[in-house]
Amino acid sequence: MGATIVEKIFSSRCRQDIRAGAVVMAPVDGAMIHDITGPLAIRKFYEMGGERVFDPRRIIMLFDHQIPADSIEAAKNHVYMRKFAAEQDIHNYDICEGVCHQVVMEKGHAAPGEIIVGADSHTCMYGAAGAFATGIGSTDMGFVLKFGALYFRVPESIRAEVSGRFGYRVGAKDLILSIAADIGADGATYKAIEFCGQTIGDLDMPGRMTCCNMAIEMGAKTGIVAPDQMTWDYVAQHREGICPFALASDPDANYAGRRSYDVSRLEPQVATPHNVDQGVPVGTVAGTHIDQVFIGSCTNGRFEDFFEAAEVLGTRTFSEKVRVIIIPASRNEYLKILRAGLIERFVAAGALVGAPSCGPCMGGAFGLLAPGEVSLSTSNRNFRGRQGSTEAEVYLCSAATAAASAITGEITDPREV
Amino acid sequence: MRVWKFGDNIDTDAIIPGRFLTIYDEKELAQHAFEGTRDDFSRLAQDGDVIVAGRNFGCGSSREHAPLALKGAGIRFILAQSFARIFFRNAINVGLLPLVCPQTDAIKDGCSIIVKEREGIVIAEGREYAIEPVPEFMYSIVEAAGLVGYAKQLKEAPLCTKSRR
Repeated sequence: MGATIVEKIFSSRCRQDIRAGAVVMAPVDGAMIHDITGPLAIRKFYEMGGERVFDPRRIIMLFDHQIPADSIEAAKNHVYMRKFAAEQDIHNYDICEGVCHQVVMEKGHAAPGEIIVGADSHTCMYGAAGAFATGIGSTDMGFVLKFGALYFRVPESIRAEVSGRFGYRVGAKDLILSIAADIGADGATYKAIEFCGQTIGDLDMPGRMTCCNMAIEMGAKTGIVAPDQMTWDYVAQHREGICPFALASDPDANYAGRRSYDVSRLEPQVATPHNVDQGVPVGTVAGTHIDQVFIGSCTNGRFEDFFEAAEVLGTRTFSEKVRVIIIPASRNEYLKILRAGLIERFVAAGALVGAPSCGPCMGGAFGLLAPGEVSLSTSNRNFRGRQGSTEAEVYLCSAATAAASAITGEITDPREV
Repeated sequence: MRVWKFGDNIDTDAIIPGRFLTIYDEKELAQHAFEGTRDDFSRLAQDGDVIVAGRNFGCGSSREHAPLALKGAGIRFILAQSFARIFFRNAINVGLLPLVCPQTDAIKDGCSIIVKEREGIVIAEGREYAIEPVPEFMYSIVEAAGLVGYAKQLKEAPLCTKSRR
């Protein structure tokens, strides 16, 4: 019997034949902590008797959820983490680099075949780089900081094979929202979702990131795309000394499930409140009143998303009835849209363009919603209270749908503006 | 030991909203548990109370503040039909025991409950319900008061690369 890509990564890193279901203490190739979960991870490291971290070159730190510090408590957490980074010689990107997951990808901290952990649930995004990457809690991270290893239950995989060509203004976000609606909020719990097929092969790296990012919304331990030439080119651009090798599931690998999707008739999708798996074609909710539109986040805050939004916008302006908040996912993406003239276009159209951060998706810093308000967001979660009041509502969509809706002031099909 | 009954897909934003994530003290976090979605919980929950929920309890964020808030409120056991992965690990790591019980639909809010985790049963309103057995290594972590106590016993991680099967 062949092996899945996830089984191969664990087998290689653990130097023995490992299959799904095994519980292993595996070495960790990279670890990421941020300003929300980091302080507790550091405390746990010390409580465990930690003195020096296992390898400072394999750990990165950054602040993205509450930046610039939005409270004295947040500022104190930042100080605590900076001190730890300095003492331990850990690379600290601090507040200026962007949202953790985008930064890990674009600074070359994830590569095919590696086991990466992050103290954030959307760590699964690095599966787009062919890594096994998963989110963990602070105590687990304290253990990783000390030992450079962690217990893993090697997950079974669900094979999601995607075919067909996307229609006009339909893309990766619509695909992943429709997959979430199909698999359900807990349909992949403790499993890996392996995205494959012609459509995934044709998808650019940002689109693959969007898909892998949202694997957690189905309960998955990770999402992953087997590395191809595009992956190796991307990783080699961001890290020196990369040597491609073959890494893919065997044709006779054992899967926990197989799903196939044809995107050729897929319509733009919107996830309705208050669960990510409640996706419907945009037409079902077209005309819904909205108060705020957020384009950004680790899911859809890259140049390609803003380019698409700008294309939909054209020379028009955003509706005066809607607050439009645009936040690039990283300094790098910010510079790209700045140089392309998109920031000027968005600001002229009436948007508020913020510095790279998690923005309203964090639900605790800024951009919060009042009771009764409705947000349309390109981020990844629409749980009750996620962006402020528990009596507010959040809808999720692509950058194209967000831009179209920001123009009209209500949820709008991006193909119709 | 009363039951606090919840439905399916109870997410970590509901357990502890994002605006309280600068807090790390479990007692202080407990004051904001389920704020805005079930406000009586933080006022009335007592030591030894049990959370009983449907599917996918604890989905969403990796924030360990969620199990900490529940632990601070006095919860020791959570019964659910299934748990989200990161929450499940985090709960064990902070010394809370997540127990899988397929029949939680039959257990009512507010009723009294006795958990006999070692025997694999819970008793609510005179009826017994089976819970899935807990792996022994989970007990070893919970009984060391979480992963911290367990880690203190280790000089180095028992890496699988060092012991070929």
